[in-house]
Amino acid sequence: MTHQKAENSAPQELQGVRVRAAQGADLPSIVALDAENTGLQKAAYWKDRFEWYAGRLPDRFFLVAERDGTMLGFIVGEVRAWEFGSPPSGWIFAISVSSSARLHGLGTMLFDEICVRFRRAGVHHVRTMLAKDAHLLMSFFRSLGMMGGPFIQLEKRLEP
Amino acid sequence: MRLQIATRLALYAVLQLAADPRRQFAAAEIAARFGISVNHLAKVLRTLGRAGLVEALRGAGGGYRFRGNAKRVTLLDIVQLFEDVGRDGSKPDEPGAGSAEGQALQCVLHEIDDIARATLSSITIATMLKLMAEQPSGTTAQPDTRESVRATGARARRSS
Repeated sequence: MTHQKAENSAPQELQGVRVRAAQGADLPSIVALDAENTGLQKAAYWKDRFEWYAGRLPDRFFLVAERDGTMLGFIVGEVRAWEFGSPPSGWIFAISVSSSARLHGLGTMLFDEICVRFRRAGVHHVRTMLAKDAHLLMSFFRSLGMMGGPFIQLEKRLEP
Repeated sequence: MRLQIATRLALYAVLQLAADPRRQFAAAEIAARFGISVNHLAKVLRTLGRAGLVEALRGAGGGYRFRGNAKRVTLLDIVQLFEDVGRDGSKPDEPGAGSAEGQALQCVLHEIDDIARATLSSITIATMLKLMAEQPSGTTAQPDTRESVRATGARARRSS
């Protein structure tokens, strides 16, 4: 299995880490990890996202990284097609790594694993969207080879 | 977007030094590699030294060495030592700046500046080294560009 291959070549800090599809029992840990990183408790949001992404549909992915039953991180994405005129591509909507597990390649492990699944789903590009001031997260994705793509986000304030 | 010559020299120098951080490079060696003036490069290296990004080692076998954290130092950290990035340079007292035209233009220029800053601040030296490794020319900088041009010209003449 793919996660086994990643595990075998992983640095010592990642030995024993397993990346797998999220399960219902993971939800409290997902909410807690997100709250640890964002400072916001969003239990209802994550329950909704879990039902959408972890429903075992072949083009939606909610993966968690855990070691000995302890949640260390998660990544969420799906294949989306033809929105904004884009052919099918993989979208990453969320990634979160416990502060205790950072700087050892766990985020890269999660990214690599979801990319494997995107490839299996038949797409050739992976995308994400970030706040311009999310410097660390942007640096992380760029360190994995992500570059500016063919789309640009526009918005307008709606006056009351 | 164009960078000033000093900025480009600084980026070239830092990238060469960071690609082999244990080795010391003489300014003349770096200058020859990129086909640039040693005097100009020496001034740039002094600025980088004052910023703590490179270290000058004196004596026989002396030279310059990268002393930053390649995973943390970004392109913006280097570029803004030499020029203002993300500031279009127009001043409120410039002719036309207070007009509707001037203010509308300012909005557009701010948007461009924001994107430039976000991009430069998210790309670390380590990411640049990875990008360099993916270029067709390999992991090292191009040799003296004047020599490259001459060699290319010679090859072209031979093949014609």
